[in-house]
Amino acid sequence: MIERRPVANAFGHLMLVAMIIIVAFPIYLAIIAASHTIQDVSQTPMPLLPGAELLTNTARALFDGPQLVGVSGATPAIVLMMNSLIMAIAIAVGKIIISLLSAFAIVYFRFPLKNFFFWMIFITLMLPVEVRIIPTYKIVADLGLLDTYTGLVLPLIASATATFLFRQFFMTVPDELVEAARIDGAGPMRFFWDILVPLTRTSIAAMFVIQFIYGWNQYLWPLLIASDYKYQTIVLAIGRLIRAPDAFYEWPVIMGMAVLALLPPVAVVVLMQRWFVKGLVETEK
Amino acid sequence: MEKRVVFHNRYLPYLLIAPQIAITIVFFFWPASQAVVQSVLREDAFGTSSYFVGMENFIILFEDEYYLNSFKITALFSTLVTTIGLSLSLLLAVTADRLVRGTTAYKTLLIWPYAVAPAVAGALWGFVFLPGPGIFAWLLLQAGVDWNFHLNGNQAMFVVVVAATWKQISYNFLFFLAGLQSIPKSLIEAAAIDGAGPIRRFWTIVFPLLSPTLFFLVVVNVVYAFFETFGVIHSLTRGGPAKSTEILVYKVWYDGFEAQDLGGSAAQSVILMAIVIGLTVIQFRYIERKVHY
Amino acid sequence: MKSTGKLARAAFALLAGTAMAFSAGGALAQAKDNRIELQWWHAMTGALNERVNEVADGFNKGQDKYKVVAVNKGSYPETLTAAMAAFRAGKGPHIVQVFEVGTGTMMASRAAIKPVYELMAQNGYKFDPGSYISSVTGYYSTSDGKMLSYPFNSSTPVMYYNKDAFQKAGLDPNQPPKTWQEFEPMLKKLKASGSTCPFQTNWQTWVQLENFSALHNVPFATKSNGFDGFDTELKFNSPLHVRHITQLQAWMKDGLMVYGGRKNEANAKFVSGECAIHMESSAGYATFARGAKFKWGISMLPYYSDVQGAPQNSIIGGASLWVLGKHKAEEYKGVAQFFDYLSSTENQTWWHKNTGYLPITPMSYEATKQQGFYAANPGTDTSVQQMMLKPPTNNSKGLRLGNFVQIRDVMDEELEAVWSGKKSPKEALDTAVERGNRLLRQFERDAKRS
Repeated sequence: MIERRPVANAFGHLMLVAMIIIVAFPIYLAIIAASHTIQDVSQTPMPLLPGAELLTNTARALFDGPQLVGVSGATPAIVLMMNSLIMAIAIAVGKIIISLLSAFAIVYFRFPLKNFFFWMIFITLMLPVEVRIIPTYKIVADLGLLDTYTGLVLPLIASATATFLFRQFFMTVPDELVEAARIDGAGPMRFFWDILVPLTRTSIAAMFVIQFIYGWNQYLWPLLIASDYKYQTIVLAIGRLIRAPDAFYEWPVIMGMAVLALLPPVAVVVLMQRWFVKGLVETEK
Repeated sequence: MEKRVVFHNRYLPYLLIAPQIAITIVFFFWPASQAVVQSVLREDAFGTSSYFVGMENFIILFEDEYYLNSFKITALFSTLVTTIGLSLSLLLAVTADRLVRGTTAYKTLLIWPYAVAPAVAGALWGFVFLPGPGIFAWLLLQAGVDWNFHLNGNQAMFVVVVAATWKQISYNFLFFLAGLQSIPKSLIEAAAIDGAGPIRRFWTIVFPLLSPTLFFLVVVNVVYAFFETFGVIHSLTRGGPAKSTEILVYKVWYDGFEAQDLGGSAAQSVILMAIVIGLTVIQFRYIERKVHY
Repeated sequence: MKSTGKLARAAFALLAGTAMAFSAGGALAQAKDNRIELQWWHAMTGALNERVNEVADGFNKGQDKYKVVAVNKGSYPETLTAAMAAFRAGKGPHIVQVFEVGTGTMMASRAAIKPVYELMAQNGYKFDPGSYISSVTGYYSTSDGKMLSYPFNSSTPVMYYNKDAFQKAGLDPNQPPKTWQEFEPMLKKLKASGSTCPFQTNWQTWVQLENFSALHNVPFATKSNGFDGFDTELKFNSPLHVRHITQLQAWMKDGLMVYGGRKNEANAKFVSGECAIHMESSAGYATFARGAKFKWGISMLPYYSDVQGAPQNSIIGGASLWVLGKHKAEEYKGVAQFFDYLSSTENQTWWHKNTGYLPITPMSYEATKQQGFYAANPGTDTSVQQMMLKPPTNNSKGLRLGNFVQIRDVMDEELEAVWSGKKSPKEALDTAVERGNRLLRQFERDAKRS
């Protein structure tokens, strides 16, 4: 920078470190709570240093949900996490596939009603599922898709974000590639699979990270669709457990579950940071 | 914005676009139109009979002081989340940008809350502030604050704002940092040579150049606070106590699902849709302006 | 580059495949034996869920024509919503468990339900309302005694108290307060002995307003609390109600009472020994029996001794089983047989003893007594006795109000405004009545249309 100010710099580092600690604090506390017995956690104030029960409590959360007697929705976290995983992957993959195809159609073909379709997709950007809860729920119910994975996933893969991202990327692909493909006698689908999709892979990866998190973190939709515990997700379970009226709060186990619920998406963000940042910035262009 | 070179095929493009369009029609256009239809009907909960009632559902809503209150609460909540979140993350981003070393590490350590679900964020902060085991609750009690966010509306609002803002800081931080890093250093150096101090430089050069990012983030944060915070509210306060954290989206859900008032809920959906369209128009204006830069 | 293309294709196939597998999985789950399947959707969780499964198993083993399939569908509102959505889609369950506040809504949906008295009569079961405990079944019956839904899990609020805490405060552990007047001196002694929570209540609207009205034989709402028509108006802002809420507010201010939440969140504070007196559903018995590490007792809810006719009798909460319409006659036959099975003295006794819920026939109460259960578990008959204190009047049969889910929320909100000092008791109860009446009028309009 322009001035050399060691004091200001030190202060800057200090502030950032302090902020990082504040940001991480609730998670730290959740892990601490998960590492103690219920009796220890019930003390005021609860202990601030780790105890010895972390593995026990995590194992209880993972495998014997039903034994948390009286707790609504006490499905083992392992089942809940599988559901979350299925939902997150299916939403991410589904969105990517239908968006790649429709972006391909919009960019590489001229056909009647193209603009009409384009605007139809564009409008979906505007209305999140939250504002049209009841009617969307009714349609899923009428289709017999309540308590199914299809019902959890399908309505959420209608989104314009990915289509726009891919459309933008396709516009930057040099026309010479199409011409070359044509000269080689390759049809449109061949061009799509062999040339276009491989070129798009960075954007696909970016999109995957963003949509995986979107899918994993869904709350309202599973709350409506999954009344059967077999289809509930881990995030939904946390929301229910935290205010379950008929529970003796098994804080260590509940906090263990909360940590389990945030671990996978956080891992995806941290490990795939490059694509994540790219995905964020690009989808908002 | 058209490609010069395109493929020619009569059916293929329709086939390619069909899945996206089919899902859009079934799960978007159809429900949206149903919401409009439902909003002028009253229907018993089992759907065995329904009656056209004109604007009655809307009239009931606007006569309900708690619905109007819900607008105020949503406005307060989104203002708090947006201003606190943006100021904090701007401060952090400016600090991180000034530092030569460690920026990447700080970025990694600050971005991860983005990945935490709103409902889980609610659970985590709810535990920290929970009367009983919660550490902050205990500290507040020690400090003489009569702390119980299950009973005190202002305290409940405070906790949901903390949880919602916490989750959004990383997002704001990333965009501010990217915005700051794209400002040409030569401009700032030139100002420094003219004798402008760091604070003056920030307000006269950096901040104006950052304003498109800021405006964009305001829109994103408002949309976030309006619609994506349902999980925070549902897991932390259930809209309470005494409706003091009942934001609009929570009320749509509550009236439709807990109270089985389908007409009233649909009318609220229609109003929300109008709000979203309004927000989108604002966003469009912004995008148009951005083209001029 | 090639491999990415393959990867994408594989992913596509995977997605299509999974989608197909999911739909196929759904179809497979429907495969069944040749018994007639009866769907029973309920909201019981944890230990109670297990009891429900045992009930269904018992019925299934006893005959080979029908198979009752008990499915938990989440909380009470979630179960109701799920049943409504399924009914609209033509896939409604045969039996659905609905909480007592949903009763008005169910009754207004005549086209969607099959009244229990009709079901039983059509299938040749004679049905004698006199053989039931009327304060239990009355809640779910028409004014002329026709049972609309089957009272499955009914409970009534009682008072639990910590005998050790009483001892420590120099109070007689076998003399809990009988009247509200006796409360204050006792609470003061408890506080003086170091208690941070002398008194708390669960379900404040159900205990301190609804049951309070019934026990003092004052109307909660006009038209026999809504039994005689939809044009009912709320009445819980009478001077007596205001007096009671003012009393509670004063105790809270003095630290003699602690607010613990709208539902039963406060159970934990009784179990931990922190709170000395605790009002909770009789079904909370099992929880305390398992968790409390001190001596405790059960007694009836207190009353104001200067109110004429008090104590009357308390009213129930809990849930009943509703039969949904649009099913086949032979399936209804199975449902009727199942209800008949549930009503047997043996099953009622078992249910009462194992869950803490009330029996619905006097015979099962007698049987439980004869088996020595009450003697071995002192206090477990308090609930039944409180229900049968006096023959129910128009003020103590129960409540039949539309939009009652929202009305309870309104009451909770206004009470919380009192506890937090934002409103005076009179102001809050007046507002609650006014807001509640608006909801009743809306319900009346809707009901008239259908």
